Amino acid sequence: MTLSKNSIQHLLLLTASILMIYPVFWWMGASFKINAEMSSASLFPEKLRWSNYMEGWSAVPNFNFTHFYLNTFELIAGVLFTTVISTSLVAFAFARLDFPLRKLWFAILMITLMLPQQVTIVPQYVMFNMLGWINTYLPFYIPHMLAAGTGGAFFVYLLIQFIRSIPKDLDEAAKIDGCSWFGIYWRIVLPLTKPALVTIAIYCFLWTWDDFFGQLLYINSVDKYTVNLALKLFIDSQGTIEWGQLFAMSLASILPAVLIFFLAQKHFVEGISSGAVKG
Amino acid sequence: MNNTKRAFLKRWDSPIAGYLFLSPWLIGFLLLTLGPMGMSLYYAFTDYSLLRAPEWVGLENFKRIFLEDDLFRLSLKVTLLFVVVSVPMKLAFALCVALILNKDVRGMSYYRTMIYFPSLIGTSIAVAILWKNMFSQDGLFNQFLGLLGIEGKAWISDPDTALGTLILLVVWQFGSSMIIFLAGLKQIPADLYEASSVDGASKVKQFFSVTLPMLSPIILFNLVLQTINSFQMFTQAFVITKGGPINSTYVYVMYLYERGFARFQMGYASALAWILLIIIGIATAVIFASAKYWVHYETEGGKEK
Repeated sequence: MTLSKNSIQHLLLLTASILMIYPVFWWMGASFKINAEMSSASLFPEKLRWSNYMEGWSAVPNFNFTHFYLNTFELIAGVLFTTVISTSLVAFAFARLDFPLRKLWFAILMITLMLPQQVTIVPQYVMFNMLGWINTYLPFYIPHMLAAGTGGAFFVYLLIQFIRSIPKDLDEAAKIDGCSWFGIYWRIVLPLTKPALVTIAIYCFLWTWDDFFGQLLYINSVDKYTVNLALKLFIDSQGTIEWGQLFAMSLASILPAVLIFFLAQKHFVEGISSGAVKG
Repeated sequence: MNNTKRAFLKRWDSPIAGYLFLSPWLIGFLLLTLGPMGMSLYYAFTDYSLLRAPEWVGLENFKRIFLEDDLFRLSLKVTLLFVVVSVPMKLAFALCVALILNKDVRGMSYYRTMIYFPSLIGTSIAVAILWKNMFSQDGLFNQFLGLLGIEGKAWISDPDTALGTLILLVVWQFGSSMIIFLAGLKQIPADLYEASSVDGASKVKQFFSVTLPMLSPIILFNLVLQTINSFQMFTQAFVITKGGPINSTYVYVMYLYERGFARFQMGYASALAWILLIIIGIATAVIFASAKYWVHYETEGGKEK
């Protein structure tokens, strides 16, 4: 009885898993196929065509994907750095300091969490255009520096929750010893907040990596293109699409996200649930 | 003198520090959120093309949008259809899978990883490329149908099914809702199930009288989140179908993008953006208003929420 029930469960789980993951495995196989083989549901190519990767890597005229990856990493490094600094400063203020209108600002922070970006996108574009920031990465760095980039409000909220769970005894002891607020932030709270900072860094990485709308809007020379934009160029530019190459490059483009996911899996799932459920 | 000065500093120590620490967000809020919101409201009443200064036209944009603009009506219809179909499907799917995963079975972490994986790669271009190929005439999906003896078609280039393939894509990526459901399921006290099974309740009965009510605050949270997100769907439609065929997947944000950043009609696009904001606001308000009929809150303080 228990055995059969158990195996039914496993069967159910296995079916669900295969249904979910099959397209991904097929994708991996297809990245080694030629166009004629694309209409086969088989996971395995007749021959492993590594050349899909080689040729795909330099499929965009005058550039290769190394260039686009470096661009993307440059963009993300700046975004990560600014996000971690700004959101932790702001979260410290909300979690530890008492100042007038704190409740009002907090309520506004919660509202901005749900605000659709479309309503600010036109004036932001106009503003960045006037400042001459189009086709640079500043429209990404500056908003993140001001905790107003993609996910900014969410990160602040996550960090506030986390900092509130750190006992206050340490800061009070430090304050009696004459430590400044910045000292408390820098020497006590920030080191203790490291796990939460890692969580937001992971999210920030993934979301920036995935973000297409912003990149489409603000970056317009191929020289500055990110991997996403290069892939879009790849689909649009060719007469007959070399699907094998396109799959190879798109698969390579999700590799960083996948690596991070497996390295930090535990972190990741817990981060989502601890942040979301309390809200 | 020195004492009063020190007392003064002490009294204002925390507020000044507070605002210093708050300042990045506060400046960001004022310059990048509140200011632009005001500006876009102003632009909505102007004719503005980036090249010339905005020219006040009163309600002209709104009049054109509501009375003459067929594409507005069409894109709104497509978007509403997308939201109304995809959100409940996604949540139902996420809940079912969360229920299956909420058990202590050996190897669970492998199953969970496989099921979550498609959601990880999210809205990236890469997945859109995969989808575009999978649902074409010779794609993987038709191969499967062929195994079942069903004749497939080019799903993406058929106006009747193109939106369906996009809905399937977002439903496939139900992972983040699922994880939130899972966390919620773990918080339901086990004694509720024990008590009800002592009373002779079946599994199905338990689901409807214990699991669903206890989970309803989380369903509400997911519903609001997913609804807001789905209204803003863009990348998939932009890359996979380019809004076509015959505009059958021309979602609202794509139209907004087209007006604002392909034709540089900033005033018109701002008006569209505010209409979207109001529609999302109404949808959210309706969901919250309905909550009192179906969301169950613990009153005895047993559960934090």
